[in-house]
Amino acid sequence: MPGIEPIERPVVEVVELTKTFANTTAVNRLSFTVPRGQILGFLGANGAGKTTAIQILLGLIKPTSGVVRMFGQDMEQARIAILQRANFTSAYTALPGNLKVSENLTVFAGLYGVRKAPEKIRALLELLEIGHLKNSLTGQLSSGESTRVNLCKSLLNDPELLLLDEPTASLDPDIADKVRKLLKRIQTERGITMIYTSHNMRDVEEICDRIIFLQKGRKIADGTGSQVLAQFQQKTLEDVFIHVSRSGELLSEEEVKERGGTPP
Amino acid sequence: MNWRRIRALMRRYLYLYRRSPPRIMEVFFWPVMDLLVWGFLYKFLVANHTFNWISYLISAMIFWDIIYRAQQGVTIAFLEDVWSRNLLNLFVAPLRRSEFIAATFLVGLIKIIAITLVLSVLALAFYDFNLLNLGLALVPFFFNLLIFGWAVGLFTTALIVRWGNASEALAWGIPFLVQPLSAVFYPVSILPAWLQPLAWAMPCSHVFEGMRDVMRGEAFSWAQFGWAAGLNVIYLLAAALFFRRMFDVAREKGLLSKLGTQ
Ligand SMILES: Nc1ncnc2c1ncn2[C@@H]1O[C@H](COP(=O)(O)OP(=O)(O)OP(=O)(O)O)[C@@H](O)[C@H]1O
Ligand SMILES: [Mg+2]
Repeated sequence: MPGIEPIERPVVEVVELTKTFANTTAVNRLSFTVPRGQILGFLGANGAGKTTAIQILLGLIKPTSGVVRMFGQDMEQARIAILQRANFTSAYTALPGNLKVSENLTVFAGLYGVRKAPEKIRALLELLEIGHLKNSLTGQLSSGESTRVNLCKSLLNDPELLLLDEPTASLDPDIADKVRKLLKRIQTERGITMIYTSHNMRDVEEICDRIIFLQKGRKIADGTGSQVLAQFQQKTLEDVFIHVSRSGELLSEEEVKERGGTPP
Repeated sequence: MNWRRIRALMRRYLYLYRRSPPRIMEVFFWPVMDLLVWGFLYKFLVANHTFNWISYLISAMIFWDIIYRAQQGVTIAFLEDVWSRNLLNLFVAPLRRSEFIAATFLVGLIKIIAITLVLSVLALAFYDFNLLNLGLALVPFFFNLLIFGWAVGLFTTALIVRWGNASEALAWGIPFLVQPLSAVFYPVSILPAWLQPLAWAMPCSHVFEGMRDVMRGEAFSWAQFGWAAGLNVIYLLAAALFFRRMFDVAREKGLLSKLGTQ
């Protein structure tokens, strides 16, 4: 395209986001931005605040304080418009089991206002190599198959932003690999922005352009895989993970800075 | 038979009951409601045995079902999305709460029309009871019952949004809490005096009283209709506000995903 785009606004802007439940601060003064086309991975131990952060981005949880802007719009004000351009899937959601795969996808195509839905659905099922499951009952699929059906759902509206909470949690290594490659391909072909959580370091190393490490709701590292490795002087992300989990004490902001944990 | 194992299982139930007042309530709830409804009905019949009370009961049954199905239509639709872990999928779509509720209202309406048709044909075939004898009055009766059912459905759904699985039993229980109070099978005057104001506060009491008037050959009571419609507007509005509030609380407490994923 000719003409010069002005410096593009990040797809996601999060400023000082905090969420306190009754007695836990699940997300603690979290700030970051995600430029268009980036795959950002949230890493962190169980209970670090990854799911909470993602659900705040989706408007499912109301933050205690802080601002979430997506596509330049405030989440609290423009929820519907934002959600029209985003999508989500997780290992912990499912589509109604008593409907056929194609029926479920047709319902969601309707919710997202997808044009030429039957063609779109057929193409997506082919893309995820589950065309043969079109007429199967969703409840009878294996967990790997339903993960891919969920992914189909999440691609129905050609989202510009895809939020994935442990999408590969129940996949066998072969399918997990295929899903990773597919996500990577979608990113390169369509420039989709993604935020991704996973406990599978392989996932994160392979597909994430950037990693945010969360500990007790706080961001303790932010950078490319190798930057994070350097920051903690470890060889693999798994080592970083274990190191952070066992070091017990929360790193202070000064320490984080000392270790070079500044955003790219 | 091993007494120790039997005791171990019994202990499991007792643990639950000890900790959960709703469960203890539930043990007594249904029997008490049954006793109330059938007891008051019996009292009414003894005092008025000359009426054609079979037709009263049949039309009351058919009318009660409108309320019950309207309520279930909303609440069970919501619960099904909870059970199938689909709730998050819906609420991350560009979907308004009001749109979700409207869909459940309308599907409920379609079901109710079908059920009412089938029941009235059966009543005609088996009991020689013709619902159409109620004439045009059927229309305002129907819509008042429908709207009250929607309001109760919205209210019970709000409870589930806020208190989750613990309140699931209420989805079925609440309509039957309303039933003895709303003069379905007997007139309000049969109730003890102190319960009567409560009964008149239910929109559907006015419908059931109006129904009996018409069946006795009296004119359609515009006063009863006005009360029912007016109260319905208030109930539906209150239920909608309550639902919105509980939904917001659930968003604050992060309960939506817990509902949908546990
Ligand atoms: N609705 C809630 N009410 C109270 N506390 C909550 C709620 N949701 C999450 N928490 C708490 O907030 C913290 C962060 O939880 P969250 O689910 O975001 O972690 P996570 O990083 O996704 O963990 P996991 O890897 O196990 O999925 C945890 O301590 C959790 O117990
Ligand atoms: Mg999580």
